[in-house]
Amino acid sequence: MNQPTEKFDVIVVGAGPAGNAAAYTLAKAGKKVLQLERGEYPGSKNVQGAILYADALEKIIPDFRDSAPLERHVVEQRMWLMEEQSHLGTHFRSDQYNQQPGNRYTIIRARFDKWFSDQVQQAGALVLCEMTVTELLKDESGRVIGVNVDRENGRIYADAVILADGVNSLVASRAGLREDIKPAAVALGVKEIIFMPKETIDARFNLTGQEGAVIEMFGSISEGMVGTGFLYTNKDSISVGIGCMLSDMKQQQTTPVELLEKLKRHPSVAPLIAGGETREYAAHLLPEGGYDALPKLYGEGWMLVGDSAGFLNAVHREGSNLAMTTGRLAAETLLELFAAGQPASASNLARYQARLDESFVMKDLKKYRKIPGMLDRQRQFVADYPGLLNQAAFNFFSVDGRDKEAKEKEIIASFRQRRSLLGLLGDAFRVWRATR
Amino acid sequence: MIKVEEKLYQNRYRVDADRPHIRIRNPELCNEQCDTHACTVCCPAGCWSFEDGKIGLITDGCLECGTCRVICDKFANVDWNYPRAGFGILFKFG
Ligand SMILES: Cc1cc2nc3c(=O)[nH]c(=O)nc-3n(C[C@H](O)[C@H](O)[C@H](O)COP(=O)(O)OP(=O)(O)OC[C@H]3O[C@@H](n4cnc5c(N)ncnc54)[C@H](O)[C@@H]3O)c2cc1C
Ligand code: SF4
Ligand code: SF4
Repeated sequence: MNQPTEKFDVIVVGAGPAGNAAAYTLAKAGKKVLQLERGEYPGSKNVQGAILYADALEKIIPDFRDSAPLERHVVEQRMWLMEEQSHLGTHFRSDQYNQQPGNRYTIIRARFDKWFSDQVQQAGALVLCEMTVTELLKDESGRVIGVNVDRENGRIYADAVILADGVNSLVASRAGLREDIKPAAVALGVKEIIFMPKETIDARFNLTGQEGAVIEMFGSISEGMVGTGFLYTNKDSISVGIGCMLSDMKQQQTTPVELLEKLKRHPSVAPLIAGGETREYAAHLLPEGGYDALPKLYGEGWMLVGDSAGFLNAVHREGSNLAMTTGRLAAETLLELFAAGQPASASNLARYQARLDESFVMKDLKKYRKIPGMLDRQRQFVADYPGLLNQAAFNFFSVDGRDKEAKEKEIIASFRQRRSLLGLLGDAFRVWRATR
Repeated sequence: MIKVEEKLYQNRYRVDADRPHIRIRNPELCNEQCDTHACTVCCPAGCWSFEDGKIGLITDGCLECGTCRVICDKFANVDWNYPRAGFGILFKFG
């Protein structure tokens, strides 16, 4: 395909949820938008669990439920603390989640991204795939004025560039807009999609119609690393995966494939996926550094949105909604400036930061700002507690002729053996303070 | 023990033959100075190997995650790029 030679109002790099939200919002408002995607089709490079949070998309495409490829709406959320042979957990299930409009859906990213991109194109943006942006073009003053793509005569110009190129964001780091990501601020997630008949999934998870269930897992499955596992029900497939911080992973000897296999073999998980057919194995990074790892978010002629800025809430497993929201806010900032005839200068783009600060994105990231550091320093949360709690439950529920008071004492003693009383109190305080 | 190759076999790729998108800047560094060879453990696609004192990298099964670049922070020895546009992993589901 030939490169366009004319100048655009905005170039959006990347066609994930962040880029699509930005391109859609701008095109819908009549702006001349060029979106560049390196994959063969939007979604061909993208990986997610995946839970879609309706609210963020609703604010962009209010009637998305009519056409988006949604798998199931989530009616049940399980949290499991795992030990080698057991799990201790909570279930939250509510019929309220069956009421329209739905709140959370499972999706399959390659399908969803294609759909989202169709909406972007229908809104009037020019979307070109198989186009990798290799660098940003700057004028003498350092202002970003366009991009270079990996084609002959690949220079394309625009009044502003939105970088939605995902967690690795080579474009931004090579242009010196941000540092490359650090192992302590990023997790590697590996996942598999396993197909089986819809009826089998319905029966195993006690679901009917389009109802879905999700399980989040912590504990022995991450082998002492800060990490979580997940299992999500799609229509006729199950997504199962695990993610761990790279700063931990580089200091141990278990490969990501082994971690995933171990999770699948866990006696609580194995029966749920038994007999299914695996059709894909995927891996992707997640920026989990939180608030303190955020780089500068805008400058002369450019803005970072989504994973390329590190907008991800690891505690609540939210990423795509932050991506869509930040993409939309960046676009709205530009629309406001264009309407006033003002340039996308750094001082004007400070309004993007202001919009972010007012939104749930920054408020949530600030609230959990201490969590990444706490989990890194206080290993008992991942290494000790899940096991202790499982042993306690096993002890408590096993009927073996010993009296209950003796059992309670044993349980308390097992905790005190691993953590002093002060340590236990300190941990309770740490959780409280880190989530305030 | 399941092999990573069996997993990658499920995936769709358009391999850019003889044009690896990731290169090792200085293999001597890997072979002689790096004591962790963390890339060989952390790569989810098993692209990296260390055998007979030599580092090896075959990017055909690469999932384009970026892990090898990020974990090699001490030596910054991984020259990491995306494959040429249109090549590499093609996720059917993601
Ligand atoms: C295993 C896993 C599970 C997850 N689960 C959830 C979940 O359940 N719910 C949730 O909300 N979030 C989840 N996330 C996080 C979520 O996937 C991300 O936050 C989200 O995809 C970020 O969107 P984005 O548009 O910023 O980046 P991406 O989706 O990564 O999109 C970036 C796009 O830019 C393209 N690109 C990159 N470089 C270039 C270039 N130089 N030129 C042209 N194009 C380029 C890429 O091909 C890609 O299409 C999960 C992530 C992982 C890895
Ligand atoms: S971690 Fe870096 S230096 Fe060490 S073997 Fe791997 S690529 Fe080489
Ligand atoms: S990018 Fe990921 S999959 Fe590819 S070689 Fe590096 S670590 Fe392996």
